[in-house]
Amino acid sequence: MSMLEVKDLRVAYGKIEAVKGISFTVGQGEVVCLIGTNGAGKTTTLRTISGLIRPSSGEIWFEGKRIDAVPAHEIVMLGLAHSPEGRRIFPRLTVEENLLLGAFARNDHGAIKDDLQAAYELFPILGERSKQPAGTFSGGEQQMLAMGRAMMSRPKLLMLDEPSMGLSPIMMQLIMSTVKTLRSQGTTILLVEQNARAALKLADKGYVLEVGHIVLDGTGDELLVSDEVRKAYLGED
Amino acid sequence: MDLFFQQLLNGLTLGSLYALIAVGYTVVYGIVQLINFAHGEVFMIGAFGALATWTMLFKGTTAIWVLPFMIVGAIAVSVTVAVVMERVAYRPLRNAPRLAPLITAIGISVFLQEAIRLFYPGAKSAMPFPQIEFVTGAAMEWGPLTVRRSALFTIGALIMCTAALWFFINRTKLGRGMLAVSQDKDTARLMGINVDRIVAVAFALGATLAGIAGVAQGLQNNNIDFFMGFLAGLKAFTAAVLGGIGNIMGAVVGGLVLGIVEAMAVQFIPGTFGGSPWKDVWAFALLIIVLVFRPQGILGAKTVDRA
Ligand SMILES: Nc1ncnc2c1ncn2[C@@H]1O[C@H](COP(=O)(O)OP(=O)(O)OP(=O)(O)O)[C@@H](O)[C@H]1O
Ligand SMILES: [Mg+2]
Repeated sequence: MSMLEVKDLRVAYGKIEAVKGISFTVGQGEVVCLIGTNGAGKTTTLRTISGLIRPSSGEIWFEGKRIDAVPAHEIVMLGLAHSPEGRRIFPRLTVEENLLLGAFARNDHGAIKDDLQAAYELFPILGERSKQPAGTFSGGEQQMLAMGRAMMSRPKLLMLDEPSMGLSPIMMQLIMSTVKTLRSQGTTILLVEQNARAALKLADKGYVLEVGHIVLDGTGDELLVSDEVRKAYLGED
Repeated sequence: MDLFFQQLLNGLTLGSLYALIAVGYTVVYGIVQLINFAHGEVFMIGAFGALATWTMLFKGTTAIWVLPFMIVGAIAVSVTVAVVMERVAYRPLRNAPRLAPLITAIGISVFLQEAIRLFYPGAKSAMPFPQIEFVTGAAMEWGPLTVRRSALFTIGALIMCTAALWFFINRTKLGRGMLAVSQDKDTARLMGINVDRIVAVAFALGATLAGIAGVAQGLQNNNIDFFMGFLAGLKAFTAAVLGGIGNIMGAVVGGLVLGIVEAMAVQFIPGTFGGSPWKDVWAFALLIIVLVFRPQGILGAKTVDRA
């Protein structure tokens, strides 16, 4: 059984349908990558999975429980964390407060302290500047904070929406290697990326989304060498 | 000079009352961007809650120990009314155009005033508020200053509420959740925060302070009436805007500034425009001046903030 199962999902904004019947699965321990051009419906898909938007039809199952009608704040408690597009850190709160908000749904105070330390080990810069308002951080640092914050809920499945957006190549590498680290520590990952090459390299499985439809799927390696992906997403011909 | 300090004290007293009510406008605005114009009535109903508690349980007693019970009674009634009002009237309108909740607020105001006027026994005219010896007894003379005991109660209440509020916002998990919701609702939901619950907490928080203010007003004025929330609410809203709507400490500062300006204007503006008939004019003139030159308010910030 897959950890996450999306079945024939449709999502509309008013009359405009952004996701037009997609199905995909994420297995326990996998890194699954969702790629596609601007406006393909990637963010919409993630926001629907985490309960911020309601689908017009279709089903979403997480660990054998149907979640497409569960309120967003309860979905986090099931072990599904979402690091949103554009980072969306809380700018006027400190780094530490941002991280603690990631653990809002938890009550195990001792373990939360440990996880705070773990986040500071994963991203030392966060520890050094833990009392600073997060709004003063650079884009890369904010991305680390957003990922650290998502990890504070101890997710089984972590969804990352374009973590490398607007980052320097070095910073991007750091983010991607963190994704690997998290996977090796047992977190399953659903990754949305514009940077298809970096994402597919570390993905077990990938789906290509085009204007609301899944047009292609396969293992990371299969997609990396497929003609369509190379033309459309890797800028090769 | 003595006169100046006397008026400063009077202004601080008045301002403390405004500030206690103003927090309710600002907290709710910071969380849901809604001006709850029925908040003045939450204050009024708190005063009646205190009166009812005294009438039913302690009638005839003037000892200080009944005061905490009256405060609890006031808060219980204020909080209940505010939370029910949010649940029944405002929540269904959360995504409606802005005019809808505004009109609803006016409707709730009239409803609450009329409910008290018609159904609270004797409330068709002003009702005497219980005298509690320790806080309404003879005024004290501190050198040249005349200090009313009820003034000390009001200022003390503001100091304690402000400290408690600061602690709640900055040091508790629920307070942190409130800051998060005021900054970014969707992301707050992704953190596992129940936004509906935080909105209810914001209404309850504002109502708690309004209930305490209702008791303070009763003690100061010796009587209360169903219409007392109108002007007090308008002034407190002015105070919240003065301080920077959405900014909690701004509401406190705005309340105190407004109270002091009123007290000074009454005493020191000479001639036709001085004296108490003009104090409301000066209060609103101050609002206009601040809105023109510093539209974000004295402390600024558009969201619930600790500043
Ligand atoms: N709040 C909204 N209201 C109306 N339409 C929306 C809204 N959000 C997204 N859309 C539309 O839905 C479609 C899918 O958008 P979505 O943000 O999911 O794409 P995306 O794949 O994440 O794109 P990008 O790579 O640019 O982030 C687009 O056509 C977009 O214009
Ligand atoms: Mg997107």
